[in-house]
Amino acid sequence: MSDLKYIAGKEPHPRERRMIFKNVDREGWDQSIDTYEKDGGYEMLKKALKMEPGDITSEVKAGGLRGRGGAGFPTGVKWGFLPPNNEKPVYLICNADESEPGTFKDRYIIHQDPHQLIEGMVISCFAVNAKLAYIYIREEFPEGAAILEKAIEEAHAKGYLGKDILGTGFDLEIYVHRGAGAYICGEETGLIESLEGKRPYPRIKPPYFPAAMGLYLCPTIVNNVETLCHVKHIIELGGEEWAKIGKPNNTGTRLLCVSGDVQKPGYYEVEVGSLTMGELINDVCGGLKEGRKLLAVIPGGSSAKVLRGDETYQVGDDELTIWDIPMDFDTLAACGSMAGSGGVIVIDDSRSISWVLNNINAFYAHESCGQCTPCREGSLWMKKITDRVVAGKASPQDIDTLYGVAKNIDGRTICAFGEACSWPTESFVEKFKDELVADTKPELSDDILNPESELAAAGLG
Amino acid sequence: MRPLTNEPCLFAKPTLLIRKFSFSMSFEVPADVEAKVDERITHYPVSKRSAVLPVIHELQHHFGFISEPAVEWIAEKLELEPIKVLEVVTFYPGIRQSAPGKYHIRVCRTLSCAMAGSYELMESLCETAKIDRSGVNHHNPIAVSPDGKFSIEFAECLASCGTGPVCLVNDDFYEAVEDAGELLGKYK
Repeated sequence: MSDLKYIAGKEPHPRERRMIFKNVDREGWDQSIDTYEKDGGYEMLKKALKMEPGDITSEVKAGGLRGRGGAGFPTGVKWGFLPPNNEKPVYLICNADESEPGTFKDRYIIHQDPHQLIEGMVISCFAVNAKLAYIYIREEFPEGAAILEKAIEEAHAKGYLGKDILGTGFDLEIYVHRGAGAYICGEETGLIESLEGKRPYPRIKPPYFPAAMGLYLCPTIVNNVETLCHVKHIIELGGEEWAKIGKPNNTGTRLLCVSGDVQKPGYYEVEVGSLTMGELINDVCGGLKEGRKLLAVIPGGSSAKVLRGDETYQVGDDELTIWDIPMDFDTLAACGSMAGSGGVIVIDDSRSISWVLNNINAFYAHESCGQCTPCREGSLWMKKITDRVVAGKASPQDIDTLYGVAKNIDGRTICAFGEACSWPTESFVEKFKDELVADTKPELSDDILNPESELAAAGLG
Repeated sequence: MRPLTNEPCLFAKPTLLIRKFSFSMSFEVPADVEAKVDERITHYPVSKRSAVLPVIHELQHHFGFISEPAVEWIAEKLELEPIKVLEVVTFYPGIRQSAPGKYHIRVCRTLSCAMAGSYELMESLCETAKIDRSGVNHHNPIAVSPDGKFSIEFAECLASCGTGPVCLVNDDFYEAVEDAGELLGKYK
């Protein structure tokens, strides 16, 4: 690792361990297949193709790889859900719809190291016996889509894709499919609907678990970009060895994306759980801005529940401050939030909590697909109420209404968007109620009975 | 019977129902664009319908937006009812139904970029390009400059939260944009 040179000013932090991002910002690196091959690229594919497909799945299970898209579901277990004695074709889809606010890791893999993703995908397709795969990339990455298409063409020319890959008799085609700016396409069944050429309305589970009834109602595996890249490294080290990185049940490295009020926002690859929130913010990201105090952290993309800067958390026998929380899946869950997609948004005391929540609510109101009533209506209500709070036109009771609306979405929708849109509001109200109420006007309490306010309360004003 | 005209119709879309009499006379897809479309369709051996978005992207790239005749052209190409194309066109924020400017700007609106000043960037871009956003709403998100050179809209998270505020100008991506004049100056 030490002989790698990075572009001046973009060197990895000493606390990082670069595996997935080994080639990101590397000096003299480009996206061509020649550069990738010179660095040992596609060797792991050759190794994997000599293995039994089932053994690759076993290695991924042994490694304990958890999905990096947000839910943290074990990848090997997901693959294991493919029906035994299946006679239908199997499809693999790479979810490159990166759109959770605060998350910007897949962008760099796609733009700077596309062949790592292709290699990970070919290995994964071989493991699950998929002969047709798609990379569903968000439309806002036009350059990324072109880079991937070029990489696929190069891989084809070298015999890593197409018919009879490297003489093993395994055939595979990968195509790039561009989305069109809808966040819901990151939800795997919504993504599948979108790929079938429809509106991306998520499907109800059961019965539509993609592994059983996915694309064209055939068994389908949907994995995040980062997840598929990890597969290559698991083949390199072996599952057991790879599992030694990080912590038990929270294995491997993780790409953390830090944005908001820190000195050095950016992307950092660390062993899962090797850093605490305090070390991440203070050591790696250079601390908060001059003279500022920590108000809140959203630890895993904007749908993760917010953590208050001055709160303490009971984890097992330990009482942790926000600074002591190790950045792993299980501890963040124990603190009432989630590691999600790795997007850490830091908010300092110069920000208005109402404004922050309103910005998040505007996002979810815009992105609700509209299929389920609680989410379609509720996300817009939440936005309209926080619009009023920000404009100084809300009454203190509005905050209770806001909380009630959020509570009525969560658990009542087909997909997890319901939780994604209600958790920010729920957690902000639970943790920052005083701050939110402070932005309301008690004298408006009586106004709730006039017709205009009633309409507004119904989200129609 | 209601005559077929170019006038916008609020409720029904009669032209979508009567394909034969639609705008095929004035709407033509150049051969090179159609060749790209045909190639895209081959990526979906199981179902042609899957090619709806890729075909839309090819046409939008060429025409700037997806008009009603474009919807019908796509439907015919993919052997679908036009409504199956229209429902897709009307759903996705990335598909435009009206003509943008020569250079279409998408400014990220979401939290990290907003914290880094994307609302201020939007304002100064509008001021510099003389764009009036007062008529913008959820259904008409795009505002165009009087000379038709620039158009602008807010986009939700462009996934570069560490380098905000960010924006896309057509297919070009810009990070940490500070000076609206400098950015617009790149486009003649």
